[in-house]
Amino acid sequence: MSTRAPASTLRSGRLAARSAVAAVAAGVAVTTVAFWLTPLQGRADFLLVAYLAGTAAYLAVAARTEGRRSVVDRLFAVLMVTAVGICLLALGSVLVYTAARGVKALDWYFFTHSMNGVGPRDDAGGAYHSIIGTLEQVLLATLISVPSGLLVAIYLSEYGRGRLASLVRTVVDVMVGIPSIVAGLFIYAFWVLGLGRGFSGFAAAMALSILMLPIVVRSSEEMIKLVPASLREAAYALGIPRWRAILKVVLPTASAGITTGVMLAVARVTGETAPLLLTAFGFDSIHNDPFSGPQSSLPLFVFSQASSAFGAAVDRAWAGALTLIAVVLLLTVAARLVTRRNRLV
Amino acid sequence: MKRIEANHVSAWYGGFKAVDDVTLAIEPKQVTALIGPSGCGKSTFIRTLNRMHEVIPGARIEGEVLLDGEDIYASGIDPVSVRRTIGMVFQRPNPFPTMSIRDNVSAGLRLNGMRKKAELEPVVEKALQGAGLWKEVRDRLDKPGASLSGGQQQRLCIARAIAVEPQVLLMDEPCSALDPVSTLRIEDLIAELKDMYTIVIVTHNMQQAARVSDSTAFFTLEVSGDPGRLVEVGPTSKIFTKPGDERTEAYITGRFG
Repeated sequence: MSTRAPASTLRSGRLAARSAVAAVAAGVAVTTVAFWLTPLQGRADFLLVAYLAGTAAYLAVAARTEGRRSVVDRLFAVLMVTAVGICLLALGSVLVYTAARGVKALDWYFFTHSMNGVGPRDDAGGAYHSIIGTLEQVLLATLISVPSGLLVAIYLSEYGRGRLASLVRTVVDVMVGIPSIVAGLFIYAFWVLGLGRGFSGFAAAMALSILMLPIVVRSSEEMIKLVPASLREAAYALGIPRWRAILKVVLPTASAGITTGVMLAVARVTGETAPLLLTAFGFDSIHNDPFSGPQSSLPLFVFSQASSAFGAAVDRAWAGALTLIAVVLLLTVAARLVTRRNRLV
Repeated sequence: MKRIEANHVSAWYGGFKAVDDVTLAIEPKQVTALIGPSGCGKSTFIRTLNRMHEVIPGARIEGEVLLDGEDIYASGIDPVSVRRTIGMVFQRPNPFPTMSIRDNVSAGLRLNGMRKKAELEPVVEKALQGAGLWKEVRDRLDKPGASLSGGQQQRLCIARAIAVEPQVLLMDEPCSALDPVSTLRIEDLIAELKDMYTIVIVTHNMQQAARVSDSTAFFTLEVSGDPGRLVEVGPTSKIFTKPGDERTEAYITGRFG
């Protein structure tokens, strides 16, 4: 690879891959030497300085053979890869760390037993009651919020004009910002205390559906709006009434996107803890009926086990956290498989 | 077989007047071509013929459109039944992406309540044969409609439109998104379909109007922003050889537009 200015105006120099590798290696080597000879120290410091030195050497070598435009291109490629790396690192470390700590208490016993009569120091007990609670509460919350949220989304995207529509839209936007504890407090004051219905999984589901509703409405509205007007017109031109066109053409076309929005909402509320403290309350034994009496859930399970000072309880907390991630992941994958057929092409 | 008479039709999009006072008779079992430069209101006008214009928010019309003497804009007329009688094919092929080829063709019937597979099956075959697509797709009726080529998709849309057995078929530039070979196939198809349907076709392509139509209506507009007006209408052979208006002559000889 020559470093001379190229003769042709169309041709420009190109940095050889091995020069790039050599440059980065040189940067890292300089850093190593610097950390060895000078008072510089620390693992994180070393990584940061090595990263900066390697990048600088790489760009400097590139600048010798290539034009300004390609050096800037390389600079931004480095920045983007770095950003992606940081995001993946955060996600990966959460997953890996939870998995590593979680597998210790994770066995068949954990999935098939409750915490009934198990003390914090006992190396026994499981999350069966919490898994049941989470599944029931999230299912109920989904059953409440998805039909109503979809109807609001259809109203906003297909029919809503004027002041009522903008009022509804504003209310939904405000609802996105409701802190989850406030949703829990509302159900606690209104349902648990006010109507005297007491703690129950259903009360928790109502609090969760308050949090789910705005997400379902806004994401579904956007997805419905993405359906091309030409498909609606095609349906109208066949003499299909508007409501049927919405039901049979618009919604199926948008279904993949709507499902993604619903899954986001489900994922968001499955991990909610604060509103459940005031509504489901938590319970150590298996309680299958969500409509009366306190119930456990995975976030509450993790919360109560992690509050303990004993190793066995903390292990159970990690296993519960891992189970929680797995539940959300399974639901998401299942929803993807169901709607894969109906992709917008 | 239905005859359409448009009397003093004007159309607006909000405050913008797109079509001004068009009076035009469309004869049954004929192909009527609407030609004219961009913005002359021909596409807007064709959409007033089956009440598709009012689907756009803020759009409205004045005047009357008579289908065998009955005003389709009279109060008490259901636009949905008007559109079942007067079908439409659009500029861009728009098959339903979530449906198979078979379901696309039967969509109009299925979504209007006809559910029995045994009754739908012959309708699908007849419509696909009518649209000249049967031989190409009979082995893959369960594949998505979007898996076809552009020209096939447009013929699928024609099959979908004729499956509900309308009396009139409106075509809004049905070939403008297609290559010449596909265009030719659609033109042949139009020639076959006109024995059974009254056809109105909007086209930018004057050779196409000359090839497929029996009568031609020429629309134009004075300056951009003005509403489009009907200049003249007559047998296609006369419009293209001895136009009665110098603007028509200027347009068809390529001096403007």
